[in-house]
Amino acid sequence: MTEPRSRFDIVVVGAGPAGLAAACAAAEKGKRVAVVDDAPSPGGQIWKGEQSRLSIPQAQKWIERFRRSGATLLDRTAVIAAPEPGVLLAEHPEGAREIEWSKLIIATGARELFLPFPGWTLPGVMGPGGLQALVKGGWPIAGKRVVICGTGPLLLAVADGLKKQGATIAMIAEQAPMSRVAGFGFKTLRHPGKLVQGMGIFARLRGVPYRCGVWPVQANGGEQVNSVTLADGSNQWTEKCDLLACGFHLVPNVELPLAMGCELAGGCVRVDANQLTTVPDVYCSGEPTGIGGVDCALTEGQIAGYSAAGSDDQAAALSNERAGWHAFRLAMSNAFALREELKSLANPETTFCRCEDVAFGRVKAASGWREAKLLTRCGMGACQGRTCGAAAKFILGWGMESVRPPLLPARVGNLTRTNR
Amino acid sequence: MSSSYDIIIVGAGIVGAACAMECARSGLRTLVLERGHIGGGTTAAGMGHVVVMDDSEAQFALTNYSRGLWLALRPQLPADVEFDLCGTLWVAADHEEMAEVYRKQGFYEPRGVHVEVLDAEAVARVEPNLRAGLAGGLRVRDDAVVYPPCAARFFLEQAMQYGAELRQAVTVKRLLSNGGVELADGSRLAADRIVNATGPWSPELTPGLPVRKRKGHLVITDRAPGFVHHQIVELGYLKSAHSMGQDSVAFNIQPRLTGQMLIGSSRQFDAEDGGVDHAILDRMLRRAFEYLPGLKDLSAIRTWTGHRAATPDKLPVIGPTVVSDRIWLATGHEGLGITTSLGTGRLLADLLLGRPTAIPSDPFLPARFEKGGASHG
Ligand SMILES: Cc1cc2nc3c(=O)[nH]c(=O)nc-3n(C[C@H](O)[C@H](O)[C@H](O)COP(=O)(O)OP(=O)(O)OC[C@H]3O[C@@H](n4cnc5c(N)ncnc54)[C@H](O)[C@@H]3O)c2cc1C
Ligand SMILES: Cc1cc2nc3c(=O)[nH]c(=O)nc-3n(C[C@H](O)[C@H](O)[C@H](O)COP(=O)(O)OP(=O)(O)OC[C@H]3O[C@@H](n4cnc5c(N)ncnc54)[C@H](O)[C@@H]3O)c2cc1C
Repeated sequence: MTEPRSRFDIVVVGAGPAGLAAACAAAEKGKRVAVVDDAPSPGGQIWKGEQSRLSIPQAQKWIERFRRSGATLLDRTAVIAAPEPGVLLAEHPEGAREIEWSKLIIATGARELFLPFPGWTLPGVMGPGGLQALVKGGWPIAGKRVVICGTGPLLLAVADGLKKQGATIAMIAEQAPMSRVAGFGFKTLRHPGKLVQGMGIFARLRGVPYRCGVWPVQANGGEQVNSVTLADGSNQWTEKCDLLACGFHLVPNVELPLAMGCELAGGCVRVDANQLTTVPDVYCSGEPTGIGGVDCALTEGQIAGYSAAGSDDQAAALSNERAGWHAFRLAMSNAFALREELKSLANPETTFCRCEDVAFGRVKAASGWREAKLLTRCGMGACQGRTCGAAAKFILGWGMESVRPPLLPARVGNLTRTNR
Repeated sequence: MSSSYDIIIVGAGIVGAACAMECARSGLRTLVLERGHIGGGTTAAGMGHVVVMDDSEAQFALTNYSRGLWLALRPQLPADVEFDLCGTLWVAADHEEMAEVYRKQGFYEPRGVHVEVLDAEAVARVEPNLRAGLAGGLRVRDDAVVYPPCAARFFLEQAMQYGAELRQAVTVKRLLSNGGVELADGSRLAADRIVNATGPWSPELTPGLPVRKRKGHLVITDRAPGFVHHQIVELGYLKSAHSMGQDSVAFNIQPRLTGQMLIGSSRQFDAEDGGVDHAILDRMLRRAFEYLPGLKDLSAIRTWTGHRAATPDKLPVIGPTVVSDRIWLATGHEGLGITTSLGTGRLLADLLLGRPTAIPSDPFLPARFEKGGASHG
């Protein structure tokens, strides 16, 4: 049970690694802190369900620390608008919530990037992260033959997780060329934690073909995907599969920062050394500032938490650690940069906007995102372009549009503010 | 200056587009200049209710004439214009508003507009999601709903088939009283006549024009087909929407062909900012919940705002300016420009070519304002 109206010194949005770290740092300094998250339990994407599963020591450590920190978790609470400075409007199963803050830390994470190719909307084709979440939730995968494709370190982590649950991983197809991926592996030597994690995964994935420079061109099947056609630039071939997990790395969730008026740079939230955005008293950490992974998020989160709580010294003490993760972040974005071929996978008939069922040919004929929206309804559906807008940005080079409330689909009744 | 065009229309909103269609159809060499997207201004924000109104004889004449033109055009409209003859249901909350139902009936019927008076039971039957206890309503069968940006695009496509030209990404800086326009890059284009069809921005090109921006908010839901069947408007609308002074809200809901519900509306002067104002949004939605309690449980996906071009007498400005008969206006359509775009286009073309007009044009002429179109360079 939460109150319709509440106020805190520091409100953190997002209970993933960045948000938990921020909340711990600030609450341990004696501030009244709340963490707001849509999910029923803390952990975000990567540590989803870890509070009861106890499989990742790092997650256990942070969730435990969070429990002891005195911070409040406002679970099942989705932030839908920022109606006035210092106030968030949120949706809870029991109704609207108004949460007042003196300092705000945005730690909203990232989502998977999907690029359209023929067949990508067939049942059985999904994002690696999405599939992993389903399996963690108890979805039976044992005995299923899975092809994992797309790009980024997530492909390996997901393959590892699925294999443990009894799936057969037919192939991991990484679009980035071997030369770049190998270079990235070498760079991670400077980050021993990552390396051990990587080695563990590689050892467990022995026998699974990991091919670099390979990407999907078509998912095949009638009712359900039954194979995927892959390409490496000179050859095309088909791999049989029951499920195709395909994702092209991550896109930062910047809707809330945009709604608050925070400036972006290169699609990510601009922050200073204290993780402060261009809006006073609004901080940001983790993936919205750049896709850097869990360790980067933890460090940035703590810096934001300490800064917001007024402990600039403790924040500053972490800046070297953060610089290391930022080097890793840069190496990762270079290694897994998307290849040009991925811009031309879709045919004119390929569905581009799933919500409104708009084909790529119609979208491409428009002069830009806004015209496409107005004249074809692309991006006008329930997801408001969260999926196709990101694809349009990569494939067509279009800027994303401005956000409007609600930040997520919300009960109309919850758009009215609680009575005062 | 030699004129390569008979007419240059500034602005490719639905009004400029309809003017272009009618001018080009009449054989005028027509050029349309637009700084942004076709129908990307107020036209992209408007509800798209094609409705007959009766605030004044002139307003009735223009809306009724225009609705007739929409109905005639209907067979040619492409699917993405989403034309839906859903009709309007004006709902009366109490007996005072019921008196307004009978007054409207008394106004419309002799003028040939098909209406039906519904009692409380009939209202509940045709719109079961409305709260119980309403007094009744008036159903106007031939009112409709369209999707305005695609309608504007269709009108322009028609115009181009008749030979009109369109240039986009062109900002007009000044209208020239000797015929022509000056563009933002300093270059000039010549024409016998210029039409300022820039909607809420029209006073920037015609200083002194008494057109003010009147902000409105709308909320759209995810698909909920059948939640309502008519565009439903409260009759308290008349009291609130037309009190020019302060901010007002009124219950107004529109079923889209997509199955979505579009919820309006609010009116605010001196609110130039395009952001969503949660205080007025709050009032607007609460007003809607008073009529449709179940609306609270639908899923909202987007809220947006737009600026209507409002005039002091609530009528659009159509015709030549007082200072220069080379500069014409087609603006000030407030909350009815989607409806009245077609009538405006016809009226403008008829006036330009000296043809008889289907409805009296005097109430719309800029000359009715003392300073109607003051200074042009
Ligand atoms: C009949 C009809 C049905 C529609 N149906 C849908 C639908 O189903 N789904 C849907 O998503 N949309 C729908 N739309 C709305 C349409 O997509 C746009 O949202 C609409 O054109 C209003 O645009 P906008 O201002 O929200 O944003 P945009 O079209 O993205 O941008 C317009 C301008 O508004 C400015 N702007 C945006 N946000 C702010 C802000 N916070 N403060 C200040 N300025 C801002 C932008 O900078 C931009 O210049 C519909 C429109 C109509 C007319
Ligand atoms: C919330 C809301 C609800 C509404 N609901 C309805 C309804 O249900 N029914 C109805 O009939 N009407 C409705 N309206 C009114 C209707 O939307 C407007 O009257 C109509 O869209 C006006 O069209 P326009 O072409 O005059 O203006 P706009 O669509 O604004 O077009 C003007 C164009 O001029 C361009 N422009 C401006 N300055 C320059 C320049 N210097 N150089 C070049 N180009 C320029 C702009 O980019 C723009 O595209 C509503 C309006 C709002 C705001």
